[in-house]
Amino acid sequence: MIANWPAALGGGILIGLAATLLLWTNGRIAGISGIVDGVLRPRLGDALWRIAFLAGLVVAAGLCILFVPGAPQPRTDFPRAMLVVAGLLVGFGTRLGNGCTSGHGVCGLGRLSPRSLAAVLTFVATAMATTYVVRHLLP
Amino acid sequence: MNRAVLSALASGALFGVGLAISGMTDARRVLGFLDVAGEFDPTLLFVLGGAVVTTLVAFRLVLARAHPLFADAFRLPASRRIDAPLVAGAAVFGIGWGLAGYCPGPALAGLGAGSVEALWFVPAMLTGLLIQRALAGRPGTAPGDEKPPAA
Repeated sequence: MIANWPAALGGGILIGLAATLLLWTNGRIAGISGIVDGVLRPRLGDALWRIAFLAGLVVAAGLCILFVPGAPQPRTDFPRAMLVVAGLLVGFGTRLGNGCTSGHGVCGLGRLSPRSLAAVLTFVATAMATTYVVRHLLP
Repeated sequence: MNRAVLSALASGALFGVGLAISGMTDARRVLGFLDVAGEFDPTLLFVLGGAVVTTLVAFRLVLARAHPLFADAFRLPASRRIDAPLVAGAAVFGIGWGLAGYCPGPALAGLGAGSVEALWFVPAMLTGLLIQRALAGRPGTAPGDEKPPAA
């Protein structure tokens, strides 16, 4: 399958600009898992910007997916038990490792952080290994 | 609402639009990238490439300023050590990502569209986060949570 690369590239640039906007105005790293974490452990004066960022993300993305013609649609038929296991691992791992694809990937690599580069190489490697096992080794 | 919060709202909205048009909200494309032995789908490379080239240039310009527009200081991760929790956490996250094809951002984006898979994945993700916090029993040090370096 040939990807829709102009949309992918354009979407990526928008994500980079969004991260830049947050750093420029709030001085914060746009790491989704870290921002969510801060909402679940709210501290005075530190929760409102996080809630605003997440609300903007959820609502804007939802509107685009639902109403922009040709917008990529989410998958619907994945086994529910696998989604739950995957969600637990993603939530646990991103907190233990202090970041996900946005914090370590988009922002950390942009800052040339060696920690983030190590994290990105690690999670891409284990993700590829997991996908290989699930798709090609398991019956 | 003050200007900082409004800016965070705008940034989140821009992030969401980027995710939605990039194709990352479709986990099939993510798994297509991760499945190097299958029919390789390079979409994710274009997304990450576009985002990182942008931050590489723009972060440099922003961080040359004395402070952010609407805050006292930049809150950047202070640690530069590559330690065991970092690598172990990234490894566990990667396994979950490779299983279903969702990382936190696209999962939240799907939630906004009422995606049935996001409705299963996101609560599990929040539970995993809380389990890690409970086991660690320490205050968080998420990227950006650290105190700004002393001037």
